[in-house]
Amino acid sequence: MIVRDTPVIRTEGLTRVFSTGANRVRALSDVDLVVESGEMISLVGSSGSGKSTLMNLLGCLDRATSGSYWLDGRDVSDLARNRLATIRNRRIGFVFQGYNLLPRTTALANVEMPLLYRRGDVPRLAGPEAEEALARVGLADRMDFEPNELSGGQQQRVAIARALVTRPSILLADEPTGNLDSRMSIEILALFQELHRQGLTIILVTHEREIVKYTRRTIELRDGMIVRDEPVIDRREAAADLSLPHDSIKVV
Amino acid sequence: MKASNLMRVAVASITRNKTRTLLTMLGVIIGVSAVLVMLAVGNGARTRIQEQINDLGTNMIVITPGSSDSGGVSKGADSFNRLTVEDAQKLQREGFLVTAASPVIIAPCQMVGGGGNWRSAVMGVSVDYQTIRNWPVAEGRFFSAEESGSKRKVVVIGNTVANNLFPDQDPIGQRIRFRDVPFEVIGVLSEKGQTADGADQDDMAIAPWTTIQTRLAGRMFIGQILATTSSAEDIEPAKTEIRAILREAHDLADWEEDDFNVRDQSDIATAAQGTTEVMTLLLAAIAGVSLLVGGIGIMNIMLVSVTERTREIGIRMAIGAHTNDILLQFMVESVILSMSGGLIGVACGFAAAALLGQLTGWQMTIQVSTIVLALGFSMCVGLFFGIYPARKAAGLNPLDALRHE
Repeated sequence: MIVRDTPVIRTEGLTRVFSTGANRVRALSDVDLVVESGEMISLVGSSGSGKSTLMNLLGCLDRATSGSYWLDGRDVSDLARNRLATIRNRRIGFVFQGYNLLPRTTALANVEMPLLYRRGDVPRLAGPEAEEALARVGLADRMDFEPNELSGGQQQRVAIARALVTRPSILLADEPTGNLDSRMSIEILALFQELHRQGLTIILVTHEREIVKYTRRTIELRDGMIVRDEPVIDRREAAADLSLPHDSIKVV
Repeated sequence: MKASNLMRVAVASITRNKTRTLLTMLGVIIGVSAVLVMLAVGNGARTRIQEQINDLGTNMIVITPGSSDSGGVSKGADSFNRLTVEDAQKLQREGFLVTAASPVIIAPCQMVGGGGNWRSAVMGVSVDYQTIRNWPVAEGRFFSAEESGSKRKVVVIGNTVANNLFPDQDPIGQRIRFRDVPFEVIGVLSEKGQTADGADQDDMAIAPWTTIQTRLAGRMFIGQILATTSSAEDIEPAKTEIRAILREAHDLADWEEDDFNVRDQSDIATAAQGTTEVMTLLLAAIAGVSLLVGGIGIMNIMLVSVTERTREIGIRMAIGAHTNDILLQFMVESVILSMSGGLIGVACGFAAAALLGQLTGWQMTIQVSTIVLALGFSMCVGLFFGIYPARKAAGLNPLDALRHE
């Protein structure tokens, strides 16, 4: 595994305050975080702990109230709206909660979408890259299917392919197994582990303790602060679990 | 985003809901077809009127008896008919710009000939009448100056008279009796059809005015004097000249008004075109209103679409769409909607104009410039009414849009 000098993610004193009228809610306070290239991290915490807020900040979907954020060594804390959009397009692969695929649009077209928004000198045809990304998640034979013709697990794979298609530095997944049954969840985790083995840096948010075992490092948030950050000891291999009898797989 | 991709995305969005797309375009379709039909009808009417006016004759000036006005009570055009044959001769003689002038003596009578009879009028004119009215004969010939000079009883009949008196024989050489005076038919005029106000121009006979004046007894009057100039530019000065000559002939004092009217074809044309202008204006109003309503319809649907597709907009922004990408996408969508509506409208307009042409017998012409105008207008509608929804879409916050249910 290639270890680079610059971490993929570094934050210092990252703070996000939401103000609604007179109320000020400190969703995230003083988060210092370093994620090295090639890590696979699970971000856990109860609802309202700030894990989604942190994820949105890391995914450049939101801006911190104070503090700094370096992505690939570049300070992205104060970038303008459209610059952030370019960063999201180029460097971040985001798997949104609940798939968020475009309805009545084929898997291929969904995966192609980020390529359409690429800027600068880019290949004219988005097709081959999108096909390759779909093949990577094992959906080479489902390219022309629309979301409502695909199972939940397959839809999640399309969403992952869409996140991968621009070859981002990091893959962020918000509750990737949230709507899936246990077997499909393990399948998706197996995919994440495979991508990780290929060198991709992955952070996934989950509220399911069992999922943590399929990652290498776990970070727990409570009241907007990191309360635990440790390597995972009792690791599991999703691929191995899949070969076990169906009823022995338990998640949740 | 590349233009081709932009188009692809916009077309994909539009075709996702075909029924709604068609309904959205309906307003523009109606508006554009109305514009097309309006202009086609306008052109058709103009052409028709022009044809009718050209039928009257070229560079023709018509002098009719004027109304007399005694003590503020107008008595109508025929009440004070002082036009005389001498007036026509004087115009011919003294009018510098008048190349030819002919009196038109109208003698209503029962025509008897060919074993039947027909109520019409025989008109006494000079040989120049044919030139002035630009009216060729279909059969036979027009009378000559000699025949006019020697007061020969020859007549050229109109098509309607020929059809009624001689339905199945050659009228040339036949005899017709006007007020018991026999005339020889020497020609049949070509068919002219109806005037703009619906009178049958072919329902009459023409004879030398000298003959009519001396051979026929009974009521007759000078309906008009026709004059002509050598070119269209001479018409206005000629009218002034005619007025001066006739005032002198009628011995009018300076304070007296003309006891005659002098008109040319453009006066007649102006009167006739007033009607079609009202019609054109009405259609223009319909077209304008439906284009406006069509545009509002597009804006309406685009606004609904922005709300409905908030999540899609969120996704697009989250994966890297710039504000302008979203703005352009929605603008392109509304322009495609309005332009497609415009194209369908052009097709419908063509069909409607063709149908109207069939029904009215008018020549409907749709010019290329009309189509360009209609399409340009519908594009502007799309642009104008697309801006607000597109700005609304582009202004969304990606995170809020993503969470939108």
